[in-house]
Order: sequence, then structure tokens, then C-alpha cells
Amino acid sequence: MCSTGVVYKKRRYCNTYQFFFPLSADELIANAAYIGSPGKGILAADESTGTIGKRLASINVENVETNRRALRELLFTAPGVLQYLSGVILFEETLYQKTAAGKPFVDVLKEGGVLPGIKVDKGTVELAGTNGETTTQGLDGLAQRCQQYYKAGARFAKWRAVLNIGANEPSQLAINENANGLARYAIICQENGLVPIVEPEILVDGSHDINKCADVTERVLAVVYKALNDHHVLLEGTLLKPNMVTPGSSSPKVAPEVIAEHTVRALQRTMPPAVPAVVFLSGGQSEEEATLNLNAMNKLKTKKPWTLSFSFGRALQQSTLKAWAGKDENIKKAQDALLTRCKANSEATLGTYQGGGALSEGASESLHVDNYKY
Amino acid sequence: MSCYKGKYADELIANAAYIGSPGKGILAADESTGTIGKRLASINVENVETNRRALRELLFTAPGVLQYLSGVILFEETLYQKTAAGKPFVDVLKEGGVLPGIKVDKGTVELAGTNGETTTQGLDGLAQRCQQYYKAGARFAKWRAVLNIGANEPSQLAINENANGLARYAIICQENGLVPIVEPEILVDGSHDINKCADVTERVLAVVYKALNDHHVLLEGTLLKPNMVTPGSSSPKVAPEVIAEHTVRALQRTMPPAVPAVVFLSGGQSEEEATLNLNAMNKLKTKKPWTLSFSFGRALQQSTLKAWAGKDENIKKAQDALLTRCKANSEATLGTYQGGGALSEGASESLHVDNYKY
Repeated sequence: MCSTGVVYKKRRYCNTYQFFFPLSADELIANAAYIGSPGKGILAADESTGTIGKRLASINVENVETNRRALRELLFTAPGVLQYLSGVILFEETLYQKTAAGKPFVDVLKEGGVLPGIKVDKGTVELAGTNGETTTQGLDGLAQRCQQYYKAGARFAKWRAVLNIGANEPSQLAINENANGLARYAIICQENGLVPIVEPEILVDGSHDINKCADVTERVLAVVYKALNDHHVLLEGTLLKPNMVTPGSSSPKVAPEVIAEHTVRALQRTMPPAVPAVVFLSGGQSEEEATLNLNAMNKLKTKKPWTLSFSFGRALQQSTLKAWAGKDENIKKAQDALLTRCKANSEATLGTYQGGGALSEGASESLHVDNYKY
Repeated sequence: MSCYKGKYADELIANAAYIGSPGKGILAADESTGTIGKRLASINVENVETNRRALRELLFTAPGVLQYLSGVILFEETLYQKTAAGKPFVDVLKEGGVLPGIKVDKGTVELAGTNGETTTQGLDGLAQRCQQYYKAGARFAKWRAVLNIGANEPSQLAINENANGLARYAIICQENGLVPIVEPEILVDGSHDINKCADVTERVLAVVYKALNDHHVLLEGTLLKPNMVTPGSSSPKVAPEVIAEHTVRALQRTMPPAVPAVVFLSGGQSEEEATLNLNAMNKLKTKKPWTLSFSFGRALQQSTLKAWAGKDENIKKAQDALLTRCKANSEATLGTYQGGGALSEGASESLHVDNYKY
């Protein structure tokens, strides 16, 4: 049974448990539902300093604080973009940054009807005795950090767990450990007013077929939802950020309709309807691929009692980054590219994307990097 | 897929979906010989094979009734019985568009070291039995696991053991062509409130669906037969809308949409109570990606039994009573039941018996 939370400073009896929350469960439920609004999705702009450095390097831009700030300002102030977003995930540094004119980014987002989110995990560490499998760290002091982030304006959080498919992977240890970490993170977030995005990413690396990916995804999601239940997480106040079900990166590609069918079926078999929305990760798919796959899912005529939307990083920013190339005179062009992808993905959440269209340079470029480390 | 897809997969999916047809539900007529004996005794009828046969014939040939049913659960003896005119019951049902089902568990046994908690037996030779039942015309099966709410109950052992038993039973059924009805009944006995029942129901269902996933059960080819979420039998009653809200929410939090339908047990509720609660659930405006229907035993047969009283001259009256309840519950699956109506004697009578043993 979940914890349903209480209004500030009042105790309310909930089942056999008494919980004291500083904020009500109603806020979590409302925010999670808002993020899942049809026609909107999430821009994942939470690249750590190291990771954003790689992106900047690819366009010959120096990885210094002003450039990181400039890039995010370009994204968040792009005209017409915020209407297609319900949330933006930020890295800690960005949560406290401002526009060049001095306006806090969180205010820019809020005024645009977009909830600020915050990446709260501290990366992965290897599990001894496994073949390079990992678990995610970040639980220490997490409650206090969540409280600070809430004060700073964040209303949802993200924690990325990583699994991979191999001859003996993912192992039961890796699945269990990552699922438990996600559940602990989730309940701590909820106790402190942040909607937890639960992200159990199964990497696309490998030569397996789509059925293998479906099998692993279904098993992993079953463990994850059992763990969330064990830890009393309020499902109505969470979101899921899973991989789509696809063939491995070394295997022949399949049509979006095939990916859509396998992905939605995996969710039908494991995800309770209480969860308001799924915000897919793009995991190395090109911008156009990710949009076409999401669109195909939303066109499927089958039981889908949750919104199917996006939480894309590379698949929303690739064209924008290339167009910007670090030059002020390119800002408008770069912002237009972002608008194009946001609008396309907004349509994909409604199943109305026509495909192709004005593809910017790089929109069809695969963004897969073997063994990608964020 | 993480589920097992054997040669019966398409048939299982089609049959499970059919059982979940809106406007239809299940008549649970699978009382064991001992249990049906108690029912017959209550109307002063001797517990012999001909009487058991006569009662079931009364039920299955009641005019107008089969249209409201998608399935009937049978006890093994009944699966092989015929009408007085010599027509096999399974044929009567099939011609009426009703799938025959079969109770396959062998009752409960106590778990040592617990406070009277039980697990359900029946796995030995289950595959062979399922094959025989399939040959005889059965297309779905039922296995009842029982848990109770108490100071320290249900224990993790009882939940795990019963869930594992349900999962083994389910996969064996699917391997042999029978849609498994998964029944994790949490008894209504007790003085707990509705929130406690909700808490326990959600925890139990989470364990059950994890077990089904672990055992590679094809969810699209299963049905769930749970208790409704209600206050304990010694606690004050609440309105049908409250029961509906708590019950549907418990399912939303634990039951994947791949499951086509829920067929609630009545667990001691009166005929009218059970119908009103089911109706309230179907009126709720909320996410319900599965049909919400019935699998009632006592809550469909109580009035009928009383009206029959073992006498041939009462058969028509008894069949009318059954028709009334079947139609009422059919409407309840659509959320259109108006309530009250022509209540037969006994329709409002609680059917709760403390510590009920089937």
C-alpha cells in the first residue's frame, strides 16, 4: 500500500502506517499528471558537467560555465518551445543559473508553464562479481538534497539505473539492486515533494533481437514495480522513463510499428494503470527515429491507460547543437531547430506526426555510442 | 517475451476475452460435494448424486439465464453429468454460448508455524488432469487461495506460498489449454476498516502479479477473481461507492492492463449487496482497462435455492429467481443496475459465515 501523505503539519492515519509529509500527496499526483499532459513532454537537459563537455567538444565549444549557461539559455528561451514541454530536467548547476539578463532559469520555465526537474543520482558504480554491471549511487543525504531542490523550484526528479543485455546479463543481482535503488530514491523524493521519474534503462547495445529486449524489459519492469510496491511508493505520483523495446544496436532495424507493438505490450504486461504517464528515453536513436517510434505507439489501437510521451536529451538537442556551433549569430537558427523537434514530438504524443518534414542536418543521424556513459 | 507462449496461446487469449464480455459473467457452481451438502441441508434436501445433478440442471437450463453468462465453474463430478433427458451439461452450456470451467484445486492445508494460515494444494498431476478436463469440454479453470487479515496476518509466508501456488497452477493450466482464473481471496472476517483491507489487497496482488511474471504466465490469457475491498465483517458497513473507489484503486495500483477482466467473488455479501457494489464500480469514472464482472456462487444461487426447496413444483419459481439475479448482475457489469427491484426472499440476506470453509 502506498503512503498517501498529509497536509503540512497534520497527521493523517493511512492504512496501518502513519506518515508525516511536509507536502501533500495531492501535489505529487497533480504534478505527475501535468507532466503527462497529451501534447507535451520533457526536455532532458541534465547532462552532467563531464557529459555536456563532450557535447560542447563536438562543436568546438569550450566547456566552461558561461558556455554551459549560454547553451541552456538558448534552449529555454527558444520562442514557441515551452508550449510543447511539461518539464525540463536540469543538472544541479543549471538549477541555480540565470539568463544573461539575470532571470533565474526556473522562473523562465515556470512562467512558460514548464515544471523544473532535477537529476539527483550520482552516477553508476560497478557491482563486484559481475561482468561490468553497475548500480546507481546517490541515496546518501538525498532527503536533504531534495528539500533544497524543492526550495529552489524543482518539482520532479530523475534517477537513472542502467542494465545491459548480454549472454548472462542482466543478472538477477543487477536487476534487484537497481530496482531497490530506484524504489528508495522514489519514496525519498515523494517524502520531500518531488515527483520521481523512475528510469530503468536497458541499454540498446548488443546483437540481440527485439524479442530478447521485450523479455528483459518485461522482467525488469516487473521487478521495478514490485519494488515500488514494497517501498510504499504512491504510483499516481510517479513517472516511468523506460527504453523503447527495440532490436540491439548491432541487429537489423525494424519498422516503428513493430517497435510500438512490442513496447506497448511490455508496458501492458507490467505497468499498473495508476501510473499517469510514460516518458520514453531516446537512448541513441536519431531525432527522427525517436519521434517516429513514439508516434507509432500513440497510433496503436490497444489498451493504453497512461500517456505515452518523451523525455529526450540527444534526440531533442542534436540538430540544435550543430546549428548553434557556439556562435551568437546562429542562435535563432538553433532555436528554430529545437522548435521543429519539440513540435514534432508533441505531435507524436498525439499520434499525428506526419514524419520527414523539414529535417535539420543531423536529424536522421544515429546518436548511438557504444557503451554510452553519461 | 517473458511469458510462455505455447500452442494454446491464441485460444487462451480469445477465451479469456470472451469471459470478460461486458454484460456477462460467471456462475460459480463448483461447490465440492461436502459444501453442496451444506447448501442442500439448509433446504432439507439429501446430499445424493441425483439431487446434486437435479440442482445443477435447474440452474443450467433456466430459461433466459445463459445469455447473461460467459462461463460456469463446475466441480469435477458435474463436468461429467447430464440432464435427465441425457444431454451432457457441457453441451447445454456450450450451446448457450457459455464456456465450461473446472475447479482444479484440492482444498487448503494449514501452514505449520502460522496462526492457522493455509496454502492450497492440487499441483500433483495437475497437467494430466487439465488435459482430461479439456477433452471433456472445459476451457477455463479455477484455484482458490485463501488469506485472512489479523493482528499478524497475512504473514509474508502465507502470501508468498499462496502466490507461488497460484502461479504454478496458472502456467500448468495454460500449457494445457485452460484459462486460469487466479483467485487470491482475502477473507472478509475481522474488525478491520476498509483501509486495512485495501492495504492488504494491494500488497497481496503485487506479490501475485510478480509471481505470475516470474512463472512466465501469459497475462492476456488469465482472469483475476479477487475479493472486493470492504470493511471487515464485524465493522460498520460503507456505501457501495466507497467500496467501488477502494477496490478499483487497488486494481489500478497492481493489475497490469494486459489482464482482460476481473470477475469478483462475492465472499459472503448478500445477493443485492454484491450487485450494488459491482454496479458502483462500473459507474466510476476512472481508468479501468479491464472488464469488471462477477463470478458469484452464493450471491447468485441463494434465492434460487430457497425457492426450489428440493421440490419439482418449485423449479420454475427457482429458475425465475436465478434469472432475476443474473440479469441484475449483467446490468451491474454495465453500470446500469437500478437496484432494489423484485427482490426474492433472501436477496438481502447476508451470506457471511465466520471462517467460511468451502
